[in-house]
Parts: sequence; C-alpha cells; structure tokens
Amino acid sequence: MSNRDLAARAVDVWKVYGTTEATRVDALAGVTVDFLRGHFTAIMGPSGSGKSTLMHCLAGLDAVTRGEVWIGDTRVSDLDDRGLTTLRRERVGFIFQQFNLMPTLTAEENITLPLAIAGRRPDRKWMDRIIATLDIADRLGHRPSELSGGQQQKVACARALLPRPEVVFADEPTGNLDSRSGTEVLKFLQGSVREFGQTVVLVTHDPNAASYSDRVIFLADGRIVDEMADPTADRVLQRMKPLDAA
Amino acid sequence: MFNATLKSLLSRKLRLLLSGLAVVLGVMAVSGALALTDSLTRSFNALFQTVDSGIDVQVNATPHVDPSQTGGALTALPLPASVVDQVAAVPGVAKAVGTVAADGARVIGPDGKVIAVQGPPRLGVAWRSGSSLVELREGRGPETPDEVAINANLARRGAFHVGSSIDVITLQPRRTFTVVGIFGYAGGRDSIGGETTVAFTEPVAQALMLGSPGTFSGINVTARSGVSPDRLRDDIKARLGSGYQVRTGQQVAADDAAGLGQFLNVLRNFLLGFAGITLFVGVFLIVNTFSILVAQRTSELALFRALGASRRQVLGSVLIEAAVIGLVASTIGVAAGFGLAALLRKAFESFGTSNLPSPGPGVPITPIVAGYVVGLVVTMAAALLPARRASQIPPIAAMREAATPDKPLTTLTIAGAVPAIVGAAAVGAALFFDLGDYRLWTLIAGVLLVFIGIAMLTPAISRRVVSLLGRPLSWSIAGKLGRRNSSRNPRRTAITASTLMIGIALVTGVSVLGSSLKASLDQLTTQNLRAQLIIAGDATGGMAPTFDPAVIDRSRQIPGVASAAGVASDFGQVGATVVPLEAGDGAVLRDVFSLQRTAGELRTLGPGEMLVGDQFASRQHVSTGGTLEVATRRRGPQTFTVVGIYKTTPLLPGPLLSVEDAATSFLSPNPTAGYVTVAHGASVDAVQKQVSALLADNPEVSVRNQTDFAQQQASQINSVQVILYILLALAIVIAILGIVNTLALSILERTRELGLLRAVGLLRSQVAQMVTVESVVISVFGALLGLVVGCALGAAVVRALRDQGIPVLQFPWGTIGIFLALSVVVGLVASIVPAVRAARTDVLRAIAYE
Repeated sequence: MSNRDLAARAVDVWKVYGTTEATRVDALAGVTVDFLRGHFTAIMGPSGSGKSTLMHCLAGLDAVTRGEVWIGDTRVSDLDDRGLTTLRRERVGFIFQQFNLMPTLTAEENITLPLAIAGRRPDRKWMDRIIATLDIADRLGHRPSELSGGQQQKVACARALLPRPEVVFADEPTGNLDSRSGTEVLKFLQGSVREFGQTVVLVTHDPNAASYSDRVIFLADGRIVDEMADPTADRVLQRMKPLDAA
Repeated sequence: MFNATLKSLLSRKLRLLLSGLAVVLGVMAVSGALALTDSLTRSFNALFQTVDSGIDVQVNATPHVDPSQTGGALTALPLPASVVDQVAAVPGVAKAVGTVAADGARVIGPDGKVIAVQGPPRLGVAWRSGSSLVELREGRGPETPDEVAINANLARRGAFHVGSSIDVITLQPRRTFTVVGIFGYAGGRDSIGGETTVAFTEPVAQALMLGSPGTFSGINVTARSGVSPDRLRDDIKARLGSGYQVRTGQQVAADDAAGLGQFLNVLRNFLLGFAGITLFVGVFLIVNTFSILVAQRTSELALFRALGASRRQVLGSVLIEAAVIGLVASTIGVAAGFGLAALLRKAFESFGTSNLPSPGPGVPITPIVAGYVVGLVVTMAAALLPARRASQIPPIAAMREAATPDKPLTTLTIAGAVPAIVGAAAVGAALFFDLGDYRLWTLIAGVLLVFIGIAMLTPAISRRVVSLLGRPLSWSIAGKLGRRNSSRNPRRTAITASTLMIGIALVTGVSVLGSSLKASLDQLTTQNLRAQLIIAGDATGGMAPTFDPAVIDRSRQIPGVASAAGVASDFGQVGATVVPLEAGDGAVLRDVFSLQRTAGELRTLGPGEMLVGDQFASRQHVSTGGTLEVATRRRGPQTFTVVGIYKTTPLLPGPLLSVEDAATSFLSPNPTAGYVTVAHGASVDAVQKQVSALLADNPEVSVRNQTDFAQQQASQINSVQVILYILLALAIVIAILGIVNTLALSILERTRELGLLRAVGLLRSQVAQMVTVESVVISVFGALLGLVVGCALGAAVVRALRDQGIPVLQFPWGTIGIFLALSVVVGLVASIVPAVRAARTDVLRAIAYE
C-alpha cells in the first residue's frame, strides 16, 4: 500500500506527559495506524485511553513526543507553527463536540471561514451541494445563537467539508446533540465518505456512533488493542465492555 | 464567602492590576497635589518666620488697591520720613528704622537679557548694615549713588563679582552701577526664597524703587524690653491714626504666608482638578471592569446562590473585592503621590525658588487620608452598579449556558438622555447666565453630567458607528473578525470608548478655545490695530516691563512715522473690584485702536478725566459727564469724570486716564506698551529698525510688527495649552488602560473562539491583527465622540466669551486631525499586550476546555 492511498498515518507515536519517572504518563505509547483515503474510521476507547490525544496529534493540534505523523505525503512533525496552521487550514477539517462556531459570523460566513482565512473563494457548486445535503439552505443568514444544536453542528460539518480537506476529524460530534440530530450528522458523515470520497476520522465513545464507520480502532492506555471492520453497535458494545471495566 | 472572594481575586492578578492602576493614578494625583502644596506651605511659613523674626512691629501704608488681586507683586506704597519720627516718639519704641524694599529691580545678565525669575521677587532695597539676617560675604555696603551690593543668588546667576559693573532697570530706565559687596543670609543661604536682591544707598533706593525721595516702604520697630509687641502695635496704631497698617512681626509673617497661600491654593485646586478628571475617567474603567467580570462569573456567582448564599452576600462579595482593590491601589497611590510631590518640589525649586527651607518634621495627614478616602470611595461606588447586577443573578443561571442575552438598550438610552440634557442645560446656564459664585461649579457639574449622559447614550449608536468605522479595516478576514468583535457588545465597547472620549473631549475643548483665542487676537491686530509696530515687553517676572517714555518721543521724530503713543498701565480699585487702568493720549489711541465712540468725546484727556469702555460703564452705572471714584495705587481714591465711552475692546481693557494722572498716581508712569503708526508709503521695516535701535539698551522690551506681535501672543497661548495637554494626558493614559483591560477580559472570554480560529487555520499574526483592529476601532470611536463633544463644549465657551474678547470661533482642524491620528496610535498601543496574549492562545487547551 503506497502513501498515496493513505490520507493520514501515525508511526510509533508516543505522547508522554511529565518529566520524571514518577510523574510520567504515556498518553500514547507507540501507536501505529493508517487511515485509508475515502474511508470512515472510528477511534474508540474509554475516557483516558488517548483517543482524543491521538486525534490532536494527527491533526497537527498537538506535538508528538516521538514517532511520525503524516497527513497525505506531508510529515506533520516537521512543520513549524505557520506550516501547521496552513495544514489545518487547507488539508484538515474539524468538527467539535461544542460546535465551536464564531458567534459574530452568520452560518454562511462560518462555513466559508477557513477559505476566507486562506483568501480563497468557495467552490459555489460544491458548497450548494453540501448545503443541500445538510438541508440548512434556509439557515445561512442566521447567527449561531439563532440555530438549534443540530443546525449548528450541521454548519460545522459544512465548514469542515467545504475546503475539500484530506481528512475530516470529528471529535464526539454527537456528544451534545439529541439522538435525531445525532443520527442526521452521522448519516451525513457516512454519506460524505460514500458519495464524495471524503476521509473521516471519528473519535467517540458511543458504540452507536461508531457503527456508522467502516472500521473501528480500539484504544486503551495509549495503545491500539484491537480493530473491527464493518462494525455494528452491538459488536462494538461487546468489545468495549472489558475495556471500560479495566 | 470572604475567603472565596479573596481567592477569586488573587486568581486573576491581571484584572487586579489593571482596574487598580486607574485608582492608583487618580489617588497619586490627589495626594500628590495635596502633599506638594502642604510641603510648600510649611516651607514658606518657615521662611517668613525667619525673615520677620527680628521685627516686633512693622508699619506700612495701607494699600489703596487690594494687593491680593493684582498678581501679588511686592509693591510698596511710600511712607514719608516724618512718619518714622512719629513712630520713634511712641513710648515703648526702642528703635524705629525706615526700610526700602520693593519688587522690580531687573538686572541685566551677561547675555544681555534681563535675569528672569518665576515667582520670587527681584528686590531693590536700601542697604542697611548691622541686620541680623544679612551677612556680608565679600566687599562692603554701597556708599556712593553708583555703588550697589547684591545677594549671592544674584551674583551666582549673573556671574557678578566685587568690582563688576551691573545694569539695573527699576522704575527708571536702565542705569549702570558698580558691585562693591556680595551678601548672603543667616545659615549660609544665598537667598531667602530664590529672590534676587540689589541693595542701593538709601536715597538711590528711594528714588528708583519707590519713585519718591525721602520716603520709606516700611518701618521696622523694635520694642523696648518688657513691652509686648501687641501692646506696642496698639500704641503705634493709636498714634498714627488711619491710613497705616500696623502689625506685629508674627502678623506680618502670617500675612505674607497667607498671600503666598492663595497662590498655593490656586495651584492645589488646579492640580486637584486634574486629579478629579483622572478619577472620573477611572470610575468608567472600574465600572466596566467589574461589569465584565460579573458577566463572566455569572455561573460562579449563581452557584454561590444555588448553594445558599443570599443576595446580600453576593453583593457583599463583589464590594469586598472592590474594597480590597481600592485599599491596595490607594496605598500604592498615596506612596506614589508623595514621590510625585517630592519630584515636583524639586522641579519647583530648580525653577527659581532655590533652596527652600525644609518643611520640617511631621507627616502630613491630609494627603494620606484624602488619598485613601478618595481611592476607596471611588472604587466601591464604581463597583456598586455591577455588584447590584451580580446580586440579581438567579441561582438557575448556574445550570444554564453562561452567556445571558443583553438586555435591550431602550431603558439605558432613555436614562442616558436625562443626564445629557440636564448637563447641557447646566453648561448653558453657567456660560450664558450670571450665576455668580455657582458658575464654575455649575459648569463642572454640567460637563460631568454631559459625559455620563453621553456614555449612557453611546451603546445605542455604538454598534452602527463601530461597524462603519471598522469597514475600511475589514479588507482581510482578521480585520473583518475584529470589526465584528468590536460591535458585538455595545455596552462594553461604548463605556470603553467613553473613557477615551472624556480625555479627548477636554483636550479638544482646550484646543478650540485656544485656536479661537488666537484667531480673535489675529483678527483684532489685523483689523482694529492701526499701528504697524508695537513696542511691548516680554515679562520675565512678576511685573510688566516698562520703558523710557523718551523712546516714544524719539520715535515720533523718525522719518516716515505718522504717530506714536505710549500706554502706561497699572491697577486701580473701584469699590471692592480691582480693575486695570491705562494712561495715554486719548486722541492718538482712539485712532490706533479704532475705538468706536458710543457716547461723549474720545479725545486727549486732562487730569481728572477718563474714557471708559461701554461694558465697564454699564457695570459701574456711569454715563458721559458722570463721575466715578477710582483708587490708584500711589494716590488712593480720586474722582474722575467720564468724558467719553467707547465700545469695549481687548486692545484697551481698562479705563483710560490722562498722562498727567499716570505720572502722579501710577506705580510707574513709564509706558508698558507703545504703538507706532507708519505713514502711508513709508517702509515699515526701516522704521522698525530705527525704533529697535532706540530700545537697544532695554533688553526687556522689543518692537514687533503686527505679524510677529500676533505670533508672540499666540505662543503664550500655546504654552498654556501645552501645560493643559500634559495634565490631561493622564486621563488619556487611563483610557488606554481601559482599552487594554476590556480587550484582555474579552480575550479571556473568547478563549474558545480564538482556539477554534487557530484550529481552522488563522495564523498567530492574523489573530493579533484581529485584536488590533478591534482596539483601533474602539479607540477611534472614543476619539470621534470626544472630538464632537469637545468641539461642542469649546464652541459653547467661545460663544459665551464673545463679548469678552473672543469674537471669532475657530475650529483647530489640524489639531483635530492630529488627535484622530493619535487615537489610532492609542488603539495600536493598547492592543499590544492583549494581541500578544491572544496570539499565544494554546489551541488545544482552548478547544478542549469545557
């Protein structure tokens, strides 16, 4: 498998907190994982397992202690702050649990924000398609405070997808949503992979959410302990039980 | 609860620092002003105690004109020698010595210019050996009319030594003497309080300093042993009858100190005024800081409520926080105030009043108490409103999203209109109606109310205006975000801008007044002054310089001169009011000043006649042919007949008397100003050169053409303006702190947003740019408000003074432009720290922060 088929990969990534042996915590302890282009991967694990840390390292939000992180053919660990910023702007998309929209901007302005920062014009056809799929066309002129949680998260989804990033990282995107809105968001992410060929990495502890993915990676104590292809909610739940208990 | 308050206070040191700093500066200004004047007062008291220590009783002529209203120059009314004998004959008098001492002995220094003083007098005295105060250091006392002794201060400043020749201008024109002695004072002092002293022989001093031979300025009396000064004073008073001031040495010292005390009071009130402005601006800053803090701590405070704290306790916790800030800031402020006072005292001393006696031991209580009271009261009063809002947070707010929606601005806008209208009315009333003693206070209260009202009205317009101002800056996404941020919280933006508004409004007001004054002067000289050349002095001390009247006579002989007239000036008193008096040739001055006759005749006056301005006439209720009693300094009350009335002009402020009356009644009959009209076709420059040659030996006086004259007047206005600008700069510094504070707190509040922006690809530099745009927009908004309010205030004052010499209203567009540009700089400076902080936001922590 060549690098061209990989949207992102981590090679023996360590993230160590604390300077002395006594205080040392290995948030990530030698994680190696590939994320295939056009795939929907879920990272699961109990809280403290390092799943968020792994995502932050992959997305260039956090520096690794040891090992390599790649986004496409770019070695993330080589980049300085400016390089990381550009990387996040042009090649990575984010969806957060807290939506994280700019309260001063309208929905449409929020969607085009990363492009505006980059000084690029949005691809109108592409944008219309995303908006139509998310069914938020009548909400574009509203400020986030005038939108429901589900609508806000849909705006965040549109924002993440619009620049056609190599990877979209979604960190517990349904954590703050009711189940109906949550399902809509997950279906959209799944659809974006199937229809648009988008690569999506979903961090979650919800087995139901994970069931929308193509593959689940299980993390515990900073290590990958298992993975599962074509997951269902029940199978994921069963697999999680011993991890949660540990 | 108290513990929780303290903990929360300490956990946010930045806000403690910033909101405290405004109080520190205000308190520093208050206690500094008080400490300085206190220390100077005590020094001068000590000084006068020394000077007047050897005197049991002093006799002077009662001044005809209240000396406290004439600029305080040490002028002396001559006493005939016979009075000395009368006093000496009073039983109980051991010795009665006639003394001669008066201000106005101007010495020409080695650079050919008059040695200038600021404050202390330039004494000319009669030499008296055997004084306990004076110590001869070198040479001897003067014995012939062309010999003088000088004090060491003058010797040092003019580089004179025994044997030097020295030129002195007195009531009479420049005269050359030889220095035969140099003296100091008890305790090795070069001067008593920074004054320069020239000691002549007694007859010369009488002629030059008092203007009449055989007279004295005072009589110092020593009591026979066993006779109390009080008793002796009463005896002498009884013997001399009315017309004399008889005081014990202690009374003299007290009166001297009180005279200076008036000056120090003015200085103190002036400084306190600026301290007040600083504090007033500080209040805005504190209100804003606490409002933001309360808003940010909504869920924390609601949690207290949910856990069972009463409203009162929440109110208390915010007020305690304010009290702690007030206390800490006041302590620093008072200490800094004393430092400032010491520094200013040094400056004051080096300004001329060298080596003042030490103020003596003792800690001045007033500046400390005042500092603490002001600091605490201001901080707590400012925190009251936000504290009340905090206490109204419902416990349920703990469970909700922190951000509570802004209340609509309607109530605030209506509430703001009230102080704005009342304030404007008060300003109008103070300016255009005679409110007597209440005028100044009404004006100040009115201006403050206007500021408060406008600050309350501002939120209603801030969103629209700020958005408009931000437009030119929003070409980039960072600028756009900054612009949006600055209009997202109108109250916060408005009050922050208001702090700057106040400072800018005041400097703009001063500037409008100054430029109108200059334009009016300019108009006056070019349109009404017919003389092309003006002879006038450059004041280098307490008294207006005079020159030899022969200069006028000789100017008239210069080919090409159409007319020349001198004007002598002095003070007189009508009833209890001190008025300026002028004297000169009425017919010539009528043409020179383009006087407009409103009644009677404007002609050359004879003794006992006068011309008056129409405003003066209506105030004194006199008309042509009527008489008025005017007291002059030298002759006392006399009756003058009004022969003509002219339309009041600043060129001739006082009633005009005849040259003959000036000779007998004025302190100095010599002219203080001269006006030369050049004949049609003659060269003004050529005439100026020749007149200038006539003035060659008088460095105090020069001849200027109209342009230079107007410029010289303008430069005096400029220097006053600069002093005001410097003092008002303190208010602007606080405004900068206010912007820093608001931005810092807003950034804290928006940590998550900043994290998101960084996450989706905003560069650090773009984050900084975003904060800078917000800062500049707020700052320019404040400046614009200030410029509008300042122009309105300045225009109102100028209009009110339309008849008092400022007929022209001139807006200083250039200065206004500079202020506007300056506000951009203020915005940039204020944004530095917050922008750096914002740029350093840790993306991960910002977005992971729940």
